[in-house]
Amino acid sequence: MTINPDLQGRSYPAAEVYDVGREKIREFARAVQATHPAHFDVTAARALGHRDLVAPPTFAIIVAQRADAQLIEDPASGIDFSRVVHADQRFSHHRPIVAGDRLVAELHVDGVRAMGGGAMITTRSEIFALAPGDATDAAGAREPVATTTSSILVRGEGQ
Amino acid sequence: MSINIAELTVGQDIGSRSIAVTRADLVKYAGASGDFNPIHWNEAFASGVGLPGVIAHGMFTMGAAVQLVTDWAGDPAAVVDFQTRFTKPVPVADTTGTPDAGAVIEVRGAVGALDADAGTARIDLTVAAAGQKVLVKAQALVRLA
Repeated sequence: MTINPDLQGRSYPAAEVYDVGREKIREFARAVQATHPAHFDVTAARALGHRDLVAPPTFAIIVAQRADAQLIEDPASGIDFSRVVHADQRFSHHRPIVAGDRLVAELHVDGVRAMGGGAMITTRSEIFALAPGDATDAAGAREPVATTTSSILVRGEGQ
Repeated sequence: MSINIAELTVGQDIGSRSIAVTRADLVKYAGASGDFNPIHWNEAFASGVGLPGVIAHGMFTMGAAVQLVTDWAGDPAAVVDFQTRFTKPVPVADTTGTPDAGAVIEVRGAVGALDADAGTARIDLTVAAAGQKVLVKAQALVRLA
């Protein structure tokens, strides 16, 4: 199986909207063993100046991996998900993610590099918050929230 | 924010934390994150693709490790940038039905760099399991001002 080298430079536009709920923030925080009250208690979050519950620093992975799925599940990509290993990850937060945010992600394939029989693929998700009440992802009504960068190693046969 | 950047020095320890991990924790993380790759919950599948057994999600380790920084900073939103490389898998033994952990992840943090103009401190995390480093270049940038 070969990774399609033409993937480099490809972009996938923002697709479905991700609604950030309080219970999802609490659930994710418990799953990463976070105990900070700003993830659980609205009063504590507001005391720190936030509009609502604050998401843990890696929460954006939920939105980023949904965006990545567009690439991994694209039959034209040649990626076998069972042979994927996460190689590196970065989150750059332009502002905190809080409950009530309505997020969309634009996916960019920044790099495809052959490695042995496999490949290293670097993707970037630009995550934006939609303006309240905006049901679309119309450009101009979006606020940059986070940029996530991820490299995955797709192991070749025998790797 | 209670931390004064002027009182920090490069190399200063910010503390440590031990994270006990069970198979149930991985199932919980799978559900919370939406990452249902069977290498994180099915022994036969994980072995079949050449892994030493069920392994923790790299993102579980990354997400749990940063709590040391969040608690030190006093506000989760202070972590403005966080990155790592995943170098070794964390195998998690099946200890279902016992009080034992399937793996223990050790996290230690130290001030790696300071930028007084930007009001930021870079915290470098050392993250190991079973004596091996599992994250490399695990760095969190914290806004203190």
